[in-house]
Amino acid sequence: MVLTLLSVRAAAALDDAAATATATAATAAAGTAPSAAASGAASAAAAASDAAVDANGQLEDRALQARFEQITKQLRCLVCQNESIADSNVELAADLRRQVREMLLAGKSDDAIFDFMTDRYGEFVRFNPPLERKTLLIWGAPFIMLLLGGAVVYRVARQRSRMPLDDEPAV
Amino acid sequence: MWKFLLPFAAFIALVVLFAFGLNPARDIHALPSPLIGKAAPEFTLADVLDPSRSVSNAAFKGQVYVLNVWGTWCGGCREEHPELLAIAQQHVVPIVGLVYLDDRVKAKQWLEQLGNPYEAVAFDNDGRTAINWGVYGAPETFLVDTHGQVIYKFISPVTQEIWNREFLPRIAAARRGGA
Repeated sequence: MVLTLLSVRAAAALDDAAATATATAATAAAGTAPSAAASGAASAAAAASDAAVDANGQLEDRALQARFEQITKQLRCLVCQNESIADSNVELAADLRRQVREMLLAGKSDDAIFDFMTDRYGEFVRFNPPLERKTLLIWGAPFIMLLLGGAVVYRVARQRSRMPLDDEPAV
Repeated sequence: MWKFLLPFAAFIALVVLFAFGLNPARDIHALPSPLIGKAAPEFTLADVLDPSRSVSNAAFKGQVYVLNVWGTWCGGCREEHPELLAIAQQHVVPIVGLVYLDDRVKAKQWLEQLGNPYEAVAFDNDGRTAINWGVYGAPETFLVDTHGQVIYKFISPVTQEIWNREFLPRIAAARRGGA
């Protein structure tokens, strides 16, 4: 499980450049995408109100707007995987932004919103996974690597210092 | 001794890691569903074929059923469609369709032109049902047991081979375990 998470994160890092390219393409396509326009009347209305809020980036309440931005930045868009739902233009991201906004307006806490998302999409939706037992290796890996590397450097340095310098000319 | 063994062990560890991480057969976009082992989210939505009627998965409670999420915009769904038709012909379990991010008229045309493998087809007009099921693409196929629990999720087109290998054993097990 942990190994899966690790390798997915590594893959995510490698894919980053590609994702940026796709994102640009998605943004370019969004204006003309027929599927977006073709949705039913109800979802078209919803999309219109979405666009209004998304375009202005404003909820009426400043504090709620700040939380909205924070939360949507920390949720992964599962269609394009390396983008947050704040940045993505795909319909699922718009639907999820609508969900976050509605929950904020209903007075839900940040934790409640993250729990709602992880209950449905798994821990993978969170760009910032909470520190708990099963994510310990992810959070600890950099420190473990640092320790291992440090130990190697230390050993090598000590061995070298004990060795005679054979490349110096004998006096 | 250590001098040779340590790098060798590190090498083996890397080989194992890469064999797993770079395996082309592993789809990194297929994510494990947190819904497995949990109650299937209920929905009551308009029927794609007749919007005056509604489709609810509550009607299938007590039996093993399949929920197939699809859309006319989805290439994989077109690929999957004839396979689903063949699978439906075998009458193993009811297949419920959920039309996702789509136009109802187009979905109806699709079923009229290509055939209808579904016992019932629900129209998710605002994506909320899909969010509840953790759907992030199409086709996605869920298997629900007699207790109304999601027991399996398959992402990407189902084929007869996948059906035989992944679904049939689970359906048989669910029926043995269930009432």
